[in-house]
Amino acid sequence: MTRPRTLYEKIWDAHVVEQRPDGTCLIFIDRHLVHEVTSPQAFAGLRATGRTVRRPDLTLAVPDHNVPTTARRDASGNRLPIADAESAAQLAALEKNAPEFGIRYIDAVAPEQGIVHVVGPEQGFSLPGTTIVCGDSHTACHGGIGALAFGIGTSEVEHVLATQTLLLQPAKTMEVRVEGKVGPGVSAKDIILHITGVIGAAGGTGHVIEYTGSAIRALSVEGRLTVSNMAIEGGARAGLIAPDETTFAYLKGRPYAPKGADWDAAVEYWRSLATDPGATYDKTVVIDAADIAPSVTWGTSPEDVVPITGVVPAPDSFADPSKQAAAAKSLAYMGLEPGTRMQDVAIENIFIGSCTNSRIEDLRAAAAVIKGRHKADNVKWAIVVPGSGLVKRQAEAEGLDRIFTDAGLEWREPGCSACLAMNPDKVPAGERCASTSNRNFVGRQGPGARTHLVSPAMAAAAAVTGKLTDVRELMA
Amino acid sequence: MTPLDKVEGRAIPFGLKNVDTDVIIPAHWLKTTTREGMGRGAFEAIRKDPDNLFDRAEYQRAPILIAGDNFGCGSSREHAAWALGDLGIRVVIAPSYSDIFSGNAVKNGILPVVLPQAAIDRLMAVAATDPVFVDLEHQTVTTQFQDRFTFEIDPFRKMCLLEGLDEISLTEKSDAGIGAYEKKLDADRPWMRPATV
Repeated sequence: MTRPRTLYEKIWDAHVVEQRPDGTCLIFIDRHLVHEVTSPQAFAGLRATGRTVRRPDLTLAVPDHNVPTTARRDASGNRLPIADAESAAQLAALEKNAPEFGIRYIDAVAPEQGIVHVVGPEQGFSLPGTTIVCGDSHTACHGGIGALAFGIGTSEVEHVLATQTLLLQPAKTMEVRVEGKVGPGVSAKDIILHITGVIGAAGGTGHVIEYTGSAIRALSVEGRLTVSNMAIEGGARAGLIAPDETTFAYLKGRPYAPKGADWDAAVEYWRSLATDPGATYDKTVVIDAADIAPSVTWGTSPEDVVPITGVVPAPDSFADPSKQAAAAKSLAYMGLEPGTRMQDVAIENIFIGSCTNSRIEDLRAAAAVIKGRHKADNVKWAIVVPGSGLVKRQAEAEGLDRIFTDAGLEWREPGCSACLAMNPDKVPAGERCASTSNRNFVGRQGPGARTHLVSPAMAAAAAVTGKLTDVRELMA
Repeated sequence: MTPLDKVEGRAIPFGLKNVDTDVIIPAHWLKTTTREGMGRGAFEAIRKDPDNLFDRAEYQRAPILIAGDNFGCGSSREHAAWALGDLGIRVVIAPSYSDIFSGNAVKNGILPVVLPQAAIDRLMAVAATDPVFVDLEHQTVTTQFQDRFTFEIDPFRKMCLLEGLDEISLTEKSDAGIGAYEKKLDADRPWMRPATV
């Protein structure tokens, strides 16, 4: 009888091409997602060494980081040029590299274009039990459908393009089990913010986190993608959630997903991937879902999480001296005083979007709070950026765009946008943003920008009141 | 990649915890199609302070950076390693690193040394006035004051750094093995290929 194995171990074992004497393994990569920012140097490397792409059929390229979220075509349907010369050059490079190396490419004006981590699952290109890489740390996202997915640097992008493999050491395993039922107003985003607060920004370093428990099982695929997306904010290169009926129902019929008899064979295989009874993890953290409130960050690390009913902590409330120093620096940057109620913090900017929270369910949750209300006068800039053209189309079919625009929010074209301030969508220095993205780092949303990470419903609540708000107070 | 064995010189006593790659190189520096010149954007927000460590005369082209826990967390951008390399940094010494950053560092000939916080505290004090010596072959960090710290490193990474190895050329030697894997995968799980649209 074979040793009981975790989901991670099963996927890993199925992808070992070779094992070196020192334990390093050559791992086969099933899917490679490519975007415009971390790939030009990799393609240049291939060109300089005369190498080709080994498996263009397993590679999908789509621009997302740098594309403006304003209109991409004029009234007569002509493609509009990108004003920023460097961004335009980067997009042009991908547009040239993809066909030159025979890679399938979704261009910036295609209806399927969007954030690479929204597009992968939406197209059925990302599948359970596969290994997926992309030159972006939020590749962890695809773990939400049970894929072993992680971010890589540009040298590794070139390595995968050339060889369809990576040289890796096996990771340690960590289980984060969330048991019970979450309360009203508590979303997948609040679950992962809470987890990050509990385990810390380095809590999962060297590990792959498998999220288990009844609260995780109860999530939709959209919610699972949100949770796994932020595995990296807890230091884990990848997150995983075992594929189940919810996953299969989501994937069935998607363009690149298996069809007919292939589908049945695939589902049978996917069912075999769940962690075996008796398998052990190197580390386990158990969280009671009832302890999770709508959550918000106060500092400049995603571990700086408090419930919306909480206050800004004092640096000396932390035991670790280096955390005390970091907290003092964070508070100075954030312009916050210890003891301030989070609900008294005024907000000037709202960003609803990013690979964490830009799927249809996220937009529905935000719209449900906004509907029939209007943004507060002190909110100067509020944008809603759907994760893909298909999400945008679906939202428009449901009338969500009108709910947002009637409330004074802007309805944009898909892309990474204000999550990382590469395109023109930035938060001004010294101003605050209630953001559904994943990182509250110094300068992340623009130099001097102050980010508070929240769920889509909480961002919508902040838009309405002009300050961080407990969304439960706005729920009927 | 330039091989790395012994590195000696001034070490920048930076020491902060949870330094993310957005701090090391902000996103607007990523709008480039080359690897060069990233040093200009390195630690941009910190270097707006005229009295910052990085621009002090004694730390110009310092080959060593001393940092806090979880260095290089966040974004996978290899631009962070390129930026450090462009500043002249060949070794980072910290209690821990993000997994992605440490991999990117090695691929760019930068050694991520892991030492406990107590050793970091001591080296921070030495670095304020004196040089630090790093020896990869013997896996030691020493000072002229008889300090001697040993560190662990994955043997494969050590070999890559010592020899300045190009990983792609190395993997290409496994071409037959990769081909055999692909063939078996197509036979066992043909549905793994993306469906024809």
